[in-house]
Amino acid sequence: MTVGEFAKQNPLNVLCMPEAEREITGCYIGDLLSWVMGNAREGDAWVTIMSNTNIVAVATLTNVSCIILAENVTLDEQALNTAKENGVNVLSSNLSAFNIALLLKDTVV
Amino acid sequence: MSELLNFHFVVDGTNFTAAGNASGQLKKNLRQLNLAPETIRRASIAMYEGEINMVIHAGGGEADVNITEKEIEIILTDNGPGISDISKAMQEGYSTAPENIRSLGFGAGMGLPNMKRYSDQMTIESELGKGTKITMKINI
Ligand SMILES: Nc1ncnc2c1ncn2[C@@H]1O[C@H](COP(=O)(O)OP(=O)(O)OP(=O)(O)O)[C@@H](O)[C@H]1O
Ligand SMILES: [Mg+2]
Repeated sequence: MTVGEFAKQNPLNVLCMPEAEREITGCYIGDLLSWVMGNAREGDAWVTIMSNTNIVAVATLTNVSCIILAENVTLDEQALNTAKENGVNVLSSNLSAFNIALLLKDTVV
Repeated sequence: MSELLNFHFVVDGTNFTAAGNASGQLKKNLRQLNLAPETIRRASIAMYEGEINMVIHAGGGEADVNITEKEIEIILTDNGPGISDISKAMQEGYSTAPENIRSLGFGAGMGLPNMKRYSDQMTIESELGKGTKITMKINI
């Protein structure tokens, strides 16, 4: 399923979606950036509560399909602009990482 | 062997939000060379970890990237405090990152292990009070 379809079918806010056609092929949950860089796979939806510009850089380098911010976490304007410029999709939700993973469960298997 | 391309980056040690500029630029440059996506991914993540380390632990530094038909060579040089025990620093989970840096998501102690894992060859030269030089090679 693409990021665009996933966002439409689920209770998620779209903070920016410059590449709605990206395919979600897995899920990775984590907040420690080096841990994410060592283990997230290309195409994963990355669920995190970490919120600063560096997550945009990490998403770009790991080539995840989107960032999903859990538990009402937001991203500031400047970081969102960087995300747009670099083709990084950012969604957010009031759900916990666990419940977001449950939404992804049927999408990625 | 002849070098096809060289890039030089200055990594600003005072600007935390700009950290990642060099690796982002490297990724774009490697894409233009049409290298395999996995090679680009490994090189740019290794570069980012090194770049962030220079910002957090060494007050900035410089990066040189030399690309030949065979490999991508990344040389990171800083004039920071140096690493007293390299084998300890290489251990997964070892970190001296301060609390304010940890709150940004760094300090897992996984950066150097990631750099080693994503490169085909890595050497660290470091002298206390003088600085650190890390050389990584990634086969193409
Ligand atoms: N360029 C450097 N100059 C001085 N010390 C360094 C340098 N790079 C790494 N170190 C030391 O090695 C330790 C381990 O580095 P490593 O990148 O593995 O972890 P980290 O930077 O602390 O956390 P993480 O990379 O997971 O965010 C650092 O905490 C620091 O003490
Ligand atoms: Mg590090």
